[in-house]
Amino acid sequence: MGTKTVQRLDQVTIRFAGDSGDGMQLTGDRFTSVTAQVGNDLATLPDFPAEIRAPAGSLPGVSGFQLHFADHDILTPGDAPDVLVAMNPAALRTNLDDLTPGGTLVVNSDAFTRGNLKKAHYDSNPLEDDTLSEYRVFQVPITTLTVGALEDHPLSSKDKQRAKNMFALGLMSWMYSRPLEPTEEWVRTKFKRHPEIADGNITALRAGWAFGETTEMFTHTYEVAPATLPPGRYRQITGNQALAYGLVAAGVRSGLPVFLGSYPITPASDILHELSKHKNFGVRTFQAEDEISAIGAALGASFAGNLAVTTTSGPGVALKGETIGLAVSVELPLLIVNIQRGGPSTGLPTKTEQSDLLQAMYGRNGEAPVPIVAASAPGDCFDAALEAARIAIRYRTPVMLLSDGYLANGAEPWRLPEVDDLPDLAAEVRFADAPNAGDEFWPFQRDPVTLARPWAIPGTAGLEHRIGGLEKADGKGGISYDPDNHHRMTELRAAKVAGIAADIPPLTVDGDEGAELLVIGWGSTYGPIRAAVRRVRKRGYKVARAHLRHLNPFPANTGEVVSQFGKVLVPEMNMGQLRLLLRGTFLVDAQGYNRVAGLPFTTAELEEAIISCIESTTPGNGSGNGAVT
Amino acid sequence: MTTLKRKDFATDQEVRWCPGCGDYSILANVQGVMPDLGMPREKIVFVSGIGCSSRFPYYMNTYGFHSIHGRAPAIATGISATRPDLKVFVITGDGDGLSIGGNHLIHAMRRNANLTIVLFNNQIYGLTKGQYSPTSEVGKVTKSTPSGSLDYPFNPVSVALGAEATFVARSIDTEREHLSRMVELAARHEGTSFIEVYQNCNIFNDGAFDILKDAPEANQIRLEHGQPIRFGNDHERGVYLRPDGMLELVAVADVGEENILVHDAHREDPALAFMLSRLAHTPHGPTPIGLFRQVSRPVYGLEMERQVDAAVQQKGEGDLAKLIAGPDPWEVGAPTAG
Repeated sequence: MGTKTVQRLDQVTIRFAGDSGDGMQLTGDRFTSVTAQVGNDLATLPDFPAEIRAPAGSLPGVSGFQLHFADHDILTPGDAPDVLVAMNPAALRTNLDDLTPGGTLVVNSDAFTRGNLKKAHYDSNPLEDDTLSEYRVFQVPITTLTVGALEDHPLSSKDKQRAKNMFALGLMSWMYSRPLEPTEEWVRTKFKRHPEIADGNITALRAGWAFGETTEMFTHTYEVAPATLPPGRYRQITGNQALAYGLVAAGVRSGLPVFLGSYPITPASDILHELSKHKNFGVRTFQAEDEISAIGAALGASFAGNLAVTTTSGPGVALKGETIGLAVSVELPLLIVNIQRGGPSTGLPTKTEQSDLLQAMYGRNGEAPVPIVAASAPGDCFDAALEAARIAIRYRTPVMLLSDGYLANGAEPWRLPEVDDLPDLAAEVRFADAPNAGDEFWPFQRDPVTLARPWAIPGTAGLEHRIGGLEKADGKGGISYDPDNHHRMTELRAAKVAGIAADIPPLTVDGDEGAELLVIGWGSTYGPIRAAVRRVRKRGYKVARAHLRHLNPFPANTGEVVSQFGKVLVPEMNMGQLRLLLRGTFLVDAQGYNRVAGLPFTTAELEEAIISCIESTTPGNGSGNGAVT
Repeated sequence: MTTLKRKDFATDQEVRWCPGCGDYSILANVQGVMPDLGMPREKIVFVSGIGCSSRFPYYMNTYGFHSIHGRAPAIATGISATRPDLKVFVITGDGDGLSIGGNHLIHAMRRNANLTIVLFNNQIYGLTKGQYSPTSEVGKVTKSTPSGSLDYPFNPVSVALGAEATFVARSIDTEREHLSRMVELAARHEGTSFIEVYQNCNIFNDGAFDILKDAPEANQIRLEHGQPIRFGNDHERGVYLRPDGMLELVAVADVGEENILVHDAHREDPALAFMLSRLAHTPHGPTPIGLFRQVSRPVYGLEMERQVDAAVQQKGEGDLAKLIAGPDPWEVGAPTAG
């Protein structure tokens, strides 16, 4: 490893920040990939602007990638970076406040020109005044060194400068003892057709490493030992990738061809991109003219016998509402995937939030119940997709699958499941093939257990029938305006969805004996809440914790669980949507910790919120909304 | 297969259009054409949106989906794209297809999904009781436009040709023989076929097409592929392509028989068909009726199937374990004791 002192660390949080054209997402992604392969546990938080290329050097144009890696299991991408790599003044300005006091700062000093300083609203050069006095600062002329290393390469001067992210990656790889070979291999594959670009990038990568090794600026390198994860085969995966694979798996395990109708929208588009690559699984993807057509085509495909899916984000769900209602009325399987982002309206397209729960629950006209499943971690998006598909097929119903921007783009090591162990959905398909009422076929004659109606697909002789959005006669399915029939059909649709509670696991409590407070969450707050509860326990407090994967219906014992505790705290990245449902459903005095800052909760803020709730003497002092401080 | 008859395609549902509505004759015509297609009933699907015309699927003893306002082309695209074995019809109206669902209609046509779209144009909203529609003439006085409508209307055939639909035709509810012929031609077309049917709403817009019905020879310009475009009691009038590139209705005698435009429905370029559609923006004088355009273009669902087949050929049937493992999985062993 060279001549420098090696220091062992149990965990590190590192953030790469630069202009959105500087390739920071790629740098972070490569560092993550190698970190996963050396066996650390990890979690990532990409944070990028909605603009593809905001003006170079400007504050809104800063793109960041945070990675938390450790020799033990971790649950969040880290509250604050220990190490910040800032490629320009704007990146320094927007990220410096997050850096832990005494943290390490690596800056590309070449980028601190008068023009860039002005764009970042610095009156004086922070590298020259006392702005950075409380940090360990390494000023590295990254651009000059990169261009120098590439002097003999046949690349344009622009391409040489662009390789500076690889220099930074090489330097950080040296500092944290990550091998270069996997990245070199990756570069060669990516630029197979442009070997000169591949060579240039690899030279820059190695130059970064060599700089760390030889310059006297750095005295230490660091090592983070592999984590002891449960045995098995692993890969690195993002939430959107896992969700797409979950849909492919649902197709394979049900024997149904997958049909995706989708319209591009951040942060859901990657699922469309991913699924469009897997046609050899019989997956058909349809990029529609709008969100409404996307779900319309999916519902048509469901009628025709496909495992139909539409993927979108909150604004898209708003447009799809009428068709979701139609799917409720005609009782066909359909998955609606909402990768939530900041709202209302266009809101914060690239930032995370979980504020579409009530939209999923109630965002339709009429009494239109829809089951809701929410993923808790990037890898869990795989299982959540399979579970949503199981419910949709078994109960002939649209199902809302909720993920969010943090899960979608965040990565973690994922233990690969055995394909044979995945749920068998083929038994749930049961296409109708014969009359079910004497010699007639009644499309709304229900299964007595699930209350699901038969799925008779076009092409089945003798079962020709008509469905539609008008109210249907119970059983026979013809148009009916009969008042009692409408009430009965409304009750049947509700009972069908409510009955799913008997078919999902009960809510489990991770609880300390004698704990007075239950912290309950859903979706991507799973990791931060668990991490905070761990810390609270380390400080000697008693606390219980539960996580809801099914939001409609709730697990059958949910009321019993939440009523057992003197205090219930519901942290959410919204203004209290699950809290409203828990209060309304179970009459519990649940309190909230609510923040919509576009970023996942930090462990520290939840730790404070939980302790403040435990220590308060009145159950009402959890603070109804806003911070618990 | 036993030969089906027209009555095999009728359902036991009571037909609930107003007495005298033009929809009855369109229904009878479509039911009448079905046996000639030689398709079994279970392979036929009727999809509709919302409006008077959209009740249609309930009266067809096939598979049927009465959906929501304007969305039938989208839903039908999902059916036809995944099931090339099916014959999928879309039944829509001027409000459903050209107002709330205009976007889906034009995109279905440009995509060339395998759909037969029948648009009932009565130039009025019937089900909501008589507001002006996107095909109503300027100045139309209705419940929502007591001082006359300000909207400039669509010509549905022009819209379809603008979207480069591969089959575009127009017929009239009362022209039984012609309508049957158009429906059958459309149903046999591979890709999106679009037929506008002038349909009388005897309650809210009675007589909208009387000029074509009362004087068919004078006011129906029948388009027949390969034939000179002539009309009038003695075929004394015709369509003339002027040297300046414009079409003009002329007396045949004035330009000479040899100079009357011969209709070519199979021209790749839709421009001339579009010009024919402009001979009458609304049916208030001599109006072209018949097949404007029929060309061949790759069909969406078949192309989708071809891509799936090609992917299987190239990569083999999908292997789920391999897919989820990705290119670089790693092993974590059981912790060693001590």
